[in-house]
Amino acid sequence: MSYSCSAVAYELKCNECGKLYGNQPLSACPDCLAPLEVTYDLDAARGVFTREAIAKGPANIWRYATLLPLPKGFEPELPVGFTPLLRAKRLGQRIGANNLYIKNDAVCFPTLSFKDRVVSVALANAQGFGFKTVGCSSTGNLANSVSAQAVRLGLKACVLVPADLEPAKILNSQVYGARLVRIDGNYDHVNRLCTLIADEYNWGFVNVNLRPYYAEGSKTVGYEIAEQLGWKLPDNVVVPMAGGSLIRKIRKAFNELIYLGLVEEKPVRFFGAQATGCSPISHSVKEGWDYIEPQRPNTIARSLAIGNPADGPAASKMIRETGGWAEDVSDVEIVSGIQELAETEGIFTETAGGVTTAVTAKLFAEGRISPDEITVSVITGNGLKTTDALVGHYQQERAVKPRLAEFDAYLRELDGAAEPELAVAGGN
Amino acid sequence: MSIKVTLPTAFTRHTDGKKQFDSAAENLSGLLTDIDQSFPALATQIKGDDGKLRKFINIYVNDEDIRFLGGETYAFQDGDEVMLIPSIAGGRC
Repeated sequence: MSYSCSAVAYELKCNECGKLYGNQPLSACPDCLAPLEVTYDLDAARGVFTREAIAKGPANIWRYATLLPLPKGFEPELPVGFTPLLRAKRLGQRIGANNLYIKNDAVCFPTLSFKDRVVSVALANAQGFGFKTVGCSSTGNLANSVSAQAVRLGLKACVLVPADLEPAKILNSQVYGARLVRIDGNYDHVNRLCTLIADEYNWGFVNVNLRPYYAEGSKTVGYEIAEQLGWKLPDNVVVPMAGGSLIRKIRKAFNELIYLGLVEEKPVRFFGAQATGCSPISHSVKEGWDYIEPQRPNTIARSLAIGNPADGPAASKMIRETGGWAEDVSDVEIVSGIQELAETEGIFTETAGGVTTAVTAKLFAEGRISPDEITVSVITGNGLKTTDALVGHYQQERAVKPRLAEFDAYLRELDGAAEPELAVAGGN
Repeated sequence: MSIKVTLPTAFTRHTDGKKQFDSAAENLSGLLTDIDQSFPALATQIKGDDGKLRKFINIYVNDEDIRFLGGETYAFQDGDEVMLIPSIAGGRC
């Protein structure tokens, strides 16, 4: 599978001082040290980035290539993204939401998390800049995705993770042949080390020196939500927050679609979701701060456990600007959120998705979101990677002999449900 | 008393290529004064118009964020390794 991508002109820009930096592996403004972002010649996308042109594109994120920072000549091979947007009627009934949707990146290709989107864009640029080795600081999903996608591009991968990472997430990087380094510290320690490594080694770190490009991949979540709603924007979006980047990029995507006339302008409120054990952004929103106070993470939602989020202040400000809010939930609520989403919608998400689901329920319960508003809850990862969070919640039941009478007795023993089910089977 | 200060490569254009230097500063404000005198160009870069450290810089003391140690009130100990890093690095969703 191969598509030809053609992006409009783009380059790095400092949002604080406005200086432009062309295209290079650089994440902070050399003058004022503020984060750099990719800016596009949006007007050049008029007449090119249209509903019709997008509909003719492949069923993956490359249908939006016009507004992604992709180097000339890049030919993507992997059908990343374009995950289902599901109407969540049963979950909605349970939490009092009449127009609830789930954006299900638990089934994103190739490694079952939304990280596949950002990594595919980052690695396109790593190749463009001529890096032979790519890497990342990660709590699992990102490392999995970098490891898998690097193989496809013939790049070497070196991924750094906190030593206490879930075994499944470690295995899911090692299997691709990546060099995995366990660091004796938390994610913030790993992250800082990667900054120092990127300073010394000529490697492309997707979330350090390639970060502005990497982060743009998140916009595709926003494009897809709008397209899958029939080119309409929702009233509310609930988004998990770790570094605080995804929630801002979804808004950037919506604003680009409005600017280019693909959707009608309307106010969309953004709601951030965090675990109480690592809630610097939610805390900042609640206090009305334009800064964040770093925290030492202590939560089972390890993929959201960034105590010192780089985009935290900007995310906090943006959430309040849109009239949204942020909430956080305990580890017990996170597990309940995982179970609730699985039991009502058949979606098995990881701990981060448990956070988003539990926060979504809380926002409806608190009346911060009205029942009839179109609300999208963004699920970013797959439960198969964090099964340890559910250890002790399900017992292995005793084995039953292969006889109908034994099975019948067993069902009666469990919940007495055998009789009506037998009646249906008998046609009565 | 002396502390060892490490800078990211991006800052070394303001320090004649120097990545590390020793300082006798007793706390964060003392360190900023020291930088003012030794590397005025670097001081301009890391401080905003209000004279305070820009919000995009994090300071670590022996691998710990200085904000966990009391921030400006933290008294440097002899041999402390102090690191200045732009806060943008890293991040997930």
